[in-house]
Amino acid sequence: MGIRGATPMATTTEQAPDAGGGFRLSQLWYDTRYRSYTFQLIALVLLILAFAWLINNAFNNPVLQEAGISFEFLGAPAGYDINQQPIPYTSQDTHLRATVIGAINTLIVAFLACVTATVFGVIAGVLRLSKNWIVSKLMAVYVEMFRNIPVLIWILIIFTVAANVFPAMADFRIPRDGSDPTRTPVLGMFAFTNQGVFIPRLTFDGQGWLFLAIFAASVLGVFGWRRYARNELYSKGREVPVWWPSLLILFVPVIVAQFALGQPVGLENPEMGRFRFDGGFLLRPSLIALWFALSIYTGAFIAENVRAGILAVSKGQTEAAAALGLRPGRIMSLVVLPQALRVIIPPLISQYLNITKNTSLAIAVGYMDLTGTLGGITLNQTGRALECILLLMAFYLSFSLAISAIMNVYNRSVALKER
Amino acid sequence: MSDAHAHSVAFVRESEIPPAPPPARETGAVKWMRENLFSGVFNTIMTVLALIVVVYLLSGVIPWIVNGTWEGGDIRECRAILMGNGGGCFAVIAERWPQLLFGFEYPADLRWRPTVAFLLLFVAVPPALFPMYLPRWSLALTGLYPFVAFWLIWGGSILKPLVALAGVALGYAAYKVVEKRGFVLALAVGVVAAAIAWWLLGTVAGEFPRVLRLEAVESRNLGGFMLNMILGVVCVSLSLPLGIVLALGRQSRLPFIKYACVIFIEFVRGVPLITLLFVANVVLAFFLPPESNLDLIVRVVIMITMFSAAYIAEVIRGGLAALPRGQYEAADSLGLDYAQAMRLIILPQALKISIPGIVNVAVGLFKDTTLVSVISMFDLVGMIRGPILSSTDWAGVYWELWAFACVLFFVVCYGISQYSQWLERQLATDHR
Repeated sequence: MGIRGATPMATTTEQAPDAGGGFRLSQLWYDTRYRSYTFQLIALVLLILAFAWLINNAFNNPVLQEAGISFEFLGAPAGYDINQQPIPYTSQDTHLRATVIGAINTLIVAFLACVTATVFGVIAGVLRLSKNWIVSKLMAVYVEMFRNIPVLIWILIIFTVAANVFPAMADFRIPRDGSDPTRTPVLGMFAFTNQGVFIPRLTFDGQGWLFLAIFAASVLGVFGWRRYARNELYSKGREVPVWWPSLLILFVPVIVAQFALGQPVGLENPEMGRFRFDGGFLLRPSLIALWFALSIYTGAFIAENVRAGILAVSKGQTEAAAALGLRPGRIMSLVVLPQALRVIIPPLISQYLNITKNTSLAIAVGYMDLTGTLGGITLNQTGRALECILLLMAFYLSFSLAISAIMNVYNRSVALKER
Repeated sequence: MSDAHAHSVAFVRESEIPPAPPPARETGAVKWMRENLFSGVFNTIMTVLALIVVVYLLSGVIPWIVNGTWEGGDIRECRAILMGNGGGCFAVIAERWPQLLFGFEYPADLRWRPTVAFLLLFVAVPPALFPMYLPRWSLALTGLYPFVAFWLIWGGSILKPLVALAGVALGYAAYKVVEKRGFVLALAVGVVAAAIAWWLLGTVAGEFPRVLRLEAVESRNLGGFMLNMILGVVCVSLSLPLGIVLALGRQSRLPFIKYACVIFIEFVRGVPLITLLFVANVVLAFFLPPESNLDLIVRVVIMITMFSAAYIAEVIRGGLAALPRGQYEAADSLGLDYAQAMRLIILPQALKISIPGIVNVAVGLFKDTTLVSVISMFDLVGMIRGPILSSTDWAGVYWELWAFACVLFFVVCYGISQYSQWLERQLATDHR
């Protein structure tokens, strides 16, 4: 169906009385000027009929008739616990709050996985192009292996490792006789237990805010310095060093502040208490499984995008840059990468969207993301399937559309300007 | 060279010196290693690191496979046999392979039927995949396969798939008769003819439920890797035509059709597959007549098909957009109408461009069939997570089971992607 171009057959065989200006009913079918309206009308009617049938069924459904459609359950107490709470929550709080926590948890794991997947992907993609045979083959094996096995299996494998293969918490306990425990945290900081991984936590006390302010100021200072260096280069042709002054600006004030203010920022290591670790920060097996599996799986896809992007820059560009006398590092950063990024970024963003959508697999390992709270326990407790799933879809949909909209703007800004 | 000249010169070489062999460090394996593995400090470090990784991985995997045992009735017997030599307990696969492949409720004495259906796949699929090597009539095997496979896997009277086949055949015949008068009309006539045939023959066949009857198996008894294969094959074949229609709709000049397709595609692509499976599981039933009682597997097929059709549509849209405008204009100037232009000129080229993308979607879809384990269907992953790992016999034998699942999926997905690369080379008509 549809219409593309003229249909001369139809218009010529039809002895159209156009000259007289009269309109015959058959023109609705044979005249391309009117046929498009006929088609659209037919499509519209069919679509309306289909939806009417579906909605009519829903109205006549005994379950829906009894319960009706209402979102009041969101205000009722949830009555279940959530094991990872970015904002305070008790089981007395409402379903709405549980939903919000789920959404935040989704965004947390999506963000973490996006960052690490990019790191894995860029490293693997660049190394796969390496001239070193064994390294490039190793990366090829990594990419093919992870691309061809479902992510759900990877999530479950890593969850199994995190929940079964890591040593028990009891191994870290100091035995009654005061002898050394069987295991101690790695570097005194990271304890891999089967109940999760304990990592150090940053603590701010006293004048911590001042410290943060100084840190922010030095980050701004680095940008200022780079800008100054570029201006000098472009206006006066004077080359100003960038690297070591940036490092100085970034680290010296912070280190000075740390000691001058009496060590406001500290690391709180996990300490073994009587039964479990106190202090530190706990990454649960479910979070680790989801985070690590998504990043290593999506990293394999990103590696392919990166490789394709670098290969897409023609060899002539590299040679031209070399002919101008640029050093290899400069060729990469000034000539190849800017062109490769234009190819890499759009698929990269769609990989980020894939990660965000794949975080919904959290439900398989019991990570309390939006699918686990709203689409899982809340749905089962309230029985409001239709409402819960509508909200769930609306969240993911609006997130995806928002990212796509931003990306379209970005793509337009980096697209080749053709004249 | 004259004789006179030869006497005046002290020495003239009469023959060519045989070429000296190149220096040892510039030939063979040594040169290759120097160039590829140890061409610089950084490169050498990378080589050593990579070697350490390879050795570490192999030193874990090889003893695990070599020392593994395929005998033993449960994990305790297995451990007794292994005596802590680091081998794998592959006995779980030896004992549970019917469950892993067919699910735990598929009747044991009927397992030959899905096996035959699977073997027939190797007869039915090649005509579609390698049309350049096989005669055209063999495509009929591909066309017959869905009906045979349905009969074998689900059982029941053979009349059911026969009626379905007859409906399709009659519909196609009707389409062929009317084809000259326009594609749309012919399509409509074909669909109506098929529907009438199904209705008429279906009522007749309903009277004879025992003709050539295989023992019926209910949909919810399907499971294991068989379920992944069924979902994968069915959904890919259904979503391809739907995806083409959606892609054409999105390119259409008719605003209503265009925006209907855009909304559908963007909606489906914006939500995770799991939410669509939840819809299939708990919501879809609300929107169907209460007496329809659609199987869960059918509902899942509907949702997965919609899902992958949206992605295929986007891939094909890329293919359509990549065609030069001249192709459209040439088709118009030949006087072809829309359906002819699309079928004869545009789609063959656009689909060719889209093959890698379509295969990517197909591989992704096949991997995504594991998601049905989340809505308590017992596919391969569901079988491993559920009945096998939670049984007292095999609790704790996870490496072997996950490795088995990985191998099955890897073989299929890697095979498909290799096929697509081969096909791309076959279809490449540009000169490079």
